[in-house]
Amino acid sequence: MAHDAPFAHSGMSPSGHPYRPDNDEPLTYWQCMEIAMRELLIEKGVTTPEEIARQIEAMDARSPANGAALVARVWTDPAFRERVLADASDAAREMGFDIGPLRLIAVENTDEVHNVIVCTLCSCYPRNLLGLPPDWYKSRAYRSRVVREPRAVLREFGVELPEHVTIRVHDSTAEMRYIVIPRRPEGTEGMSEGELAALVTRDSMIGTGLPRRPE
Amino acid sequence: MQDDDAKILPIPTRAEGRRWHDMGGEDAGPVELCEHDYALWEKRVDALMVICSSKGHFTVDGLRRALEDMGEEAFETMSYYERWVAAINQNLVEAGVYTLEELGRRMEEVRARGATYGEAAAPHEAAGDG
Repeated sequence: MAHDAPFAHSGMSPSGHPYRPDNDEPLTYWQCMEIAMRELLIEKGVTTPEEIARQIEAMDARSPANGAALVARVWTDPAFRERVLADASDAAREMGFDIGPLRLIAVENTDEVHNVIVCTLCSCYPRNLLGLPPDWYKSRAYRSRVVREPRAVLREFGVELPEHVTIRVHDSTAEMRYIVIPRRPEGTEGMSEGELAALVTRDSMIGTGLPRRPE
Repeated sequence: MQDDDAKILPIPTRAEGRRWHDMGGEDAGPVELCEHDYALWEKRVDALMVICSSKGHFTVDGLRRALEDMGEEAFETMSYYERWVAAINQNLVEAGVYTLEELGRRMEEVRARGATYGEAAAPHEAAGDG
């Protein structure tokens, strides 16, 4: 790209690099603090730019697809299901997921019980299997209300459960995180693990959604 | 916790010893189903938290203490990672990793590099080595 191209945010920067829209807003006080803190940590030898980049890559690589793969295996492999319900951290490690020292507990939905997860005190979330949490998970409204009137909250997500279904809300802590194993949808007999995983949504593993139904 | 919306429990009040962040069971408005893609600076804050805590400079409990001590007003007026950067900074200063003076000086330098995050975060690019 020519360096004499007109200065425009939609094109290239004067240094010949494409603009990144997220970085194009006026610098805020807290962003300024992040830059300063990061540079000091690098200069003091606490970390390196490469280590930070690797950590961000590892974080970006975590997505609900990880959790969905685990759920699909639970649906198709009874022995794996037993292991997940006994110790979800170990079972997830078995699939090659980096769980760290986290204690992960899988709670399985049945005909009678529907599980929902929350962190009322802060924002604990099974991030190693689902990636970073959505904003609403960290909101006052969700944290306050889902433990007291889960049916009403689920309705706001478009989920209406039969009256006879018990709703259990699990409050996470820094040391203990939950993941919901949703019910396998009907009409999925004979589907492969990969096809099943495609039906498992992020919200179905939080409990605020249900898996997709097969086409 | 088990729900049956017919059996709603009384809400403990703050006077009973709850702090502001202990908000489970309180009244609140509808859940706004908002989400956003995390910006680079937010991912960097998250990465610094993971790296610094994994190296023993502070703990998740230290982060939580700082976040909770920041109070309810910060919760209402600052974004999630804004609160995190403030809490991580507090822990690092307390741990003696750097001083507030060093941070203040560096923030001045960063601000002088440019008006946007991209310019301020990339001193070499701003110096024209593209």
